[in-house]
Amino acid sequence: MSLVVGVPRALLFHEYGHFMLELLRQCGARAVLSPVTNKEILQAGLETCVDEACLPVKAFFGHSAYLAQRVDALFVPRFVSVERGAYICPKLMGLPDMIRARAPGAPRVIDPCIDMSRGLGKTARSIAELAPALGVSCSRLAIALARSMKTASANADRRLDDGRTTAAGSGVRIGVLGHDYNLNDPYISLDLVSKIRRLGAAPVTAGAYSPRETGRWERQRARRGAKRLFWTFGRRLLGAAYRWLDTGEVDGIVHLASFGCGPESFIAEVIQHEAAERDSIPLMCVNIDEHSAEAGLSTRLEAFIDTVAMRKCEYASHLPTSGQPVDTH
Amino acid sequence: MRVTFPHLGNLWIPTKAFLRSLGHDVITPPPTTKRTVSLGARHTPDGACLPLKVTMGNFIEAAELGADTILMVGGIGPCRLGYYCELQRRALAKAGCSARLIVVEPPRSDLWGFASMVRTIRRRATFRQVLEASRLAWAKFRAVDALDQAANMARWREIGPGRVDACIGRGLALLDAAETCSAVREAAEQTLHDVQGCTGVGPRQAARVGVVGEIYIVMEPAVNMDVCKKLGRLGAQVVQPLTFSHWIESHVVCDIARWIPRPDVLSWSSPYLRHFVGGHGVESVGHSVDMARSGLHGVVHLAPMTCMPEIVAGSILPSVSLAEGIPVMSLAVDEHTADTGFDTRLEAFVDLLLDRAREEGNTSRHAGSGPIST
Repeated sequence: MSLVVGVPRALLFHEYGHFMLELLRQCGARAVLSPVTNKEILQAGLETCVDEACLPVKAFFGHSAYLAQRVDALFVPRFVSVERGAYICPKLMGLPDMIRARAPGAPRVIDPCIDMSRGLGKTARSIAELAPALGVSCSRLAIALARSMKTASANADRRLDDGRTTAAGSGVRIGVLGHDYNLNDPYISLDLVSKIRRLGAAPVTAGAYSPRETGRWERQRARRGAKRLFWTFGRRLLGAAYRWLDTGEVDGIVHLASFGCGPESFIAEVIQHEAAERDSIPLMCVNIDEHSAEAGLSTRLEAFIDTVAMRKCEYASHLPTSGQPVDTH
Repeated sequence: MRVTFPHLGNLWIPTKAFLRSLGHDVITPPPTTKRTVSLGARHTPDGACLPLKVTMGNFIEAAELGADTILMVGGIGPCRLGYYCELQRRALAKAGCSARLIVVEPPRSDLWGFASMVRTIRRRATFRQVLEASRLAWAKFRAVDALDQAANMARWREIGPGRVDACIGRGLALLDAAETCSAVREAAEQTLHDVQGCTGVGPRQAARVGVVGEIYIVMEPAVNMDVCKKLGRLGAQVVQPLTFSHWIESHVVCDIARWIPRPDVLSWSSPYLRHFVGGHGVESVGHSVDMARSGLHGVVHLAPMTCMPEIVAGSILPSVSLAEGIPVMSLAVDEHTADTGFDTRLEAFVDLLLDRAREEGNTSRHAGSGPIST
């Protein structure tokens, strides 16, 4: 009988999910994926997680709790760093330990440490510890790694590099900033991206750009005297924001941050400062936590998109989301 | 150039000595008060952690006194401290403050930047002068730490309330005035002697309480509501492992001289937290474990609200508490924290710990005289 390994559908699953599932499959384990976040899962997370943590971490606890009774082991990689000179986030660095400490009676946690900042050799050594945990030989693990990397990179090519999407409806393009693990989870993000689409605007997410592209913009700004960020995902968000602010290719920016997220509290401030300096594109910051309600977001989003649309076609006839004509004079 | 720097407990004494020996005109920011915190909070994002707000307030208040150059530490993550300088640079500009921010970054992130920073701070001082300045600053660091530790150990059995702190206050003034290493040592010894003089035998039982957490909150009495003093007056002997000299040893000296073994906190914390998480997360867990094993009665864990490493530590500490059998109380601090809230909680906590200490005393006495009948 093969090992049943639970993979919580939360946090960096949204980034490296293909890779994780493929790796487990290649190693002969049966991967069980938790369902898309729902009320029960989040509730379970709120009960086990410390209340100061951010919403996606709480959701992760919920997914783990859901899986705990159904699997032999939980797969919770410890993401420390995925590129040189940058980290992920302290909370994600301690995630396996937090899960171990706060979920009594949970199955064992498989936590390979991914720390690219210390070079490939050390990463390889810590990933090699996966072999006994999954009950395979090191050579089989190496083959599995190579194969799953190939699959994952094939999937990664699907990103569109220029961020060009067809603008429908009012022709308003909204740049959406936010961690992938929030935006890709409709329950956590209150379905922000689809809401924007339903309001007739075209959303462009920061995740649509390759890390190389956003990194370029972030470095460019750093050369003009800003300190470089040391959070990988922060760099991506900031890079996308710089690109939008400088090229003006979107008409408005919505920043979705989770309350209590450390990096985002700083990134939001920097983006606000940069946007205010350039005074080119309207920016709306939305903070979410477990108490966020759909209606609150909807009204703000409607108002924001109306404003952006009016600003864009000052004199053109524009049908706003409310269905009422707007006097732009 | 009129140089200033952020407050952190008594850090101002050695820092001032160091900069003054290099020939700088030093402006020490006014002591941190409610005004400092609210000034800082006005110019920084509300989701940021408290140290950012307080240090920002320090800068503004120092600039009001005429400082035009600010020294601030940088960092390379993952804790937010490393990015404070960027936010503060922007906030200073927004607040209409023209002071220049010089960031002390670790050399391995940017060697060229480090060299130019050293050049700015060094001014025209010779290598010999820099060495002398560092020696004096180090002596003051050691002395300040010694006084803090002595006060923490002595307060619970002082004769007359506030006498130990009055002693320490006089000692710190002497330290600040001292110009040579020998004068520093003399002042420290004199003060330690005086502190001995104002302590008696004290109550029969003391609760031994450890204080762990994020270093800024633990070491800055103005933002932690004087936790150490409060604990001392409630009858607790306070053990506080985070000190300046310890921090410098483990973060600066060991960073440059890699062959010196670091203090092994990770091995204490590793049954619970196996990887460093930035800031003082590992230290909080590791020291708590060590405290439990060395027979302390309880641990107070201090953290700024939304501090990422301490959230990790805070979620693990309850299981440390269960497994090691030591009560742990976590307290989050932000700009809205009030004195009274801390008073009541610390009182209740120390009461429970005193009970524990008494029980322990009884058991050990019984154990000496024979079996206990239950």
